[in-house]
Amino acid sequence: MSKAIAISESINDSNGDVAHAQPSIGLAVYTLALRELVRFFRQRTRIIGALGQPFIFWILFGAGLQGSFRGPAGISYQEYFFPGVAVMIVMFTAIFSTISIIEDRREGFLQGVLVAPVSRLAIVLGKVFGGTILAVMQAVLFLAIGPLLAVVGLSPPISTGLTWFNFPIVLAYLALVAFALTSLGYLIAWPMDSTHGFHAIMSVFLMPMWLLSGSFFPAPESGWLSWVIRLNPLTYGTAGLRRLVTPNIDAVAGLPTFPVCLAVTVASAVIYISIAIWLTGRQTAHNAR
Amino acid sequence: MSDSIAVRVSDLRHRYGDREALRGIGFTVAAGEIFGLLGPNGGGKTTLFRLLATLLPVQSGTATLLGKNVATESRSVRQLIGVTFQSPSLDGKLTVTENLKHQSHLYGLSGQTAKSRISELLDRLGLKDRAQDLVDSLSGGLKRRVEVAKSLLHRPRILLLDEPSTGLDPGARHDLWEYLSRLRRDEGTTILVTTHLMEEADRCDRLGILHKGELVAIGMPDELRLSVGGDCLTIQSSDPKSLAEKLTDRFQLTPRQIGESIRIEGNAGHELLRDIVTAFPSEITAISLAKPTLEDVFISRTGHRFWENEPV
Repeated sequence: MSKAIAISESINDSNGDVAHAQPSIGLAVYTLALRELVRFFRQRTRIIGALGQPFIFWILFGAGLQGSFRGPAGISYQEYFFPGVAVMIVMFTAIFSTISIIEDRREGFLQGVLVAPVSRLAIVLGKVFGGTILAVMQAVLFLAIGPLLAVVGLSPPISTGLTWFNFPIVLAYLALVAFALTSLGYLIAWPMDSTHGFHAIMSVFLMPMWLLSGSFFPAPESGWLSWVIRLNPLTYGTAGLRRLVTPNIDAVAGLPTFPVCLAVTVASAVIYISIAIWLTGRQTAHNAR
Repeated sequence: MSDSIAVRVSDLRHRYGDREALRGIGFTVAAGEIFGLLGPNGGGKTTLFRLLATLLPVQSGTATLLGKNVATESRSVRQLIGVTFQSPSLDGKLTVTENLKHQSHLYGLSGQTAKSRISELLDRLGLKDRAQDLVDSLSGGLKRRVEVAKSLLHRPRILLLDEPSTGLDPGARHDLWEYLSRLRRDEGTTILVTTHLMEEADRCDRLGILHKGELVAIGMPDELRLSVGGDCLTIQSSDPKSLAEKLTDRFQLTPRQIGESIRIEGNAGHELLRDIVTAFPSEITAISLAKPTLEDVFISRTGHRFWENEPV
């Protein structure tokens, strides 16, 4: 912070040196991420939707499918679906926080950011960190409150592997998955002119990506579906989280190992964010709008 | 002295696919000058504005702001300029102060420095009592003022404004221009403004008139008007065509018919006016005598009316 203040003073002195002053990346990322949080908390309907929907999904799908579901090691559907809903929360938050790129562009806010002397990296990171923080907050809230629903009879008791001991690891892992998905949302939203296009991509690409990640149902032993699931990078995101919050070791025996999950998720995050940075840095007629 | 040149543009060209938006533009703007780019929509103003604001890649030619090349030193250029967009670049879900705070951070101002700078600008632009209001709740005129405040936070040496009066009532427009001339006087800020309004163009020190991607005239507003010369007679008639023919026969004039009206440029307009009214009293519904306007300059340089692309 002290660096930023030093720079600002040189601006106030004005003469000549102004052109060489470089605003800090950190301050720009901080302010852009903060804006995402403030906007989120200011829109009550968005908060209700973001928190209500996953609970409704979990309770209703849980109630409907618990009779027919045969999960690994005999766990209930609610227990199987539990980490899957957390991934869904992360996915939806990533979508909603990056769809705002299109609105920012349409409403003109984005061009103000683009003419500011900040590195293009800061523009990407500000957005992605903002979305990541929102996603992790909501997912953690769900993981903590979800098991309590058994108390009021809305679900059978589920055993959660989330403890005070592994909480930091779960938090870090969720942040990684959220970072990857928000970067993915960013690179999809950046080239778009209308939110309609984004909604189309959401239905034919992002939703199936979640459905086929082992979040909603386990991968079959063989067949085309098993391959689709195996090739889906998000499968490893879900599997990693499942390994962290499922206490029953037999229930996760068929999943990729945790190091594999971590490696695939990190690699996908790096690829998505790199494309996002590249797209943002290009000087094109589209970026100027 | 190269220091006194704030903006130097030479042979700047830009095309969007097949369409040529700028066809080799060149001009300079002195430091501390208010320079206007006047032209109808589609004339290339906005393209030029976006090139100078580092938003579009330079395809051909060069543009430098205080010696910094827009194409190769865009980061330095961004630090030098303040940009006021036609559609305000504000976040409507945030308050006025919040918008200004984020902007300060993007320009490397923080803490007490940012705070005092924000309150100074709120004060100067008369926004103090609206500081805590959401931007969405402000009128168009107030939003524009916030946008101007936003672009001035880092004390830019050059201020670029794209159609700053769009959506402003005459009072608000007047206030804005008062503020701009004060800014130039007190801080020596160079101001470059695009506009399609003649009265706004009249407030600039110098003007460049853009038409179809070319700079068709450049100079001080008075200088440009003088170049058209003499007086300008405008006659309204129910049958302008036949009247124009009669005028040609009787007075050996070269009237130009523009829609429902006839326009005559020449000297000793007051005598001509008297003679015409005496000669054709029943065919004239209205007649006016005026010194040439900037619109006349545009017409005489391009052979087009300002608002339409039909030939005169």
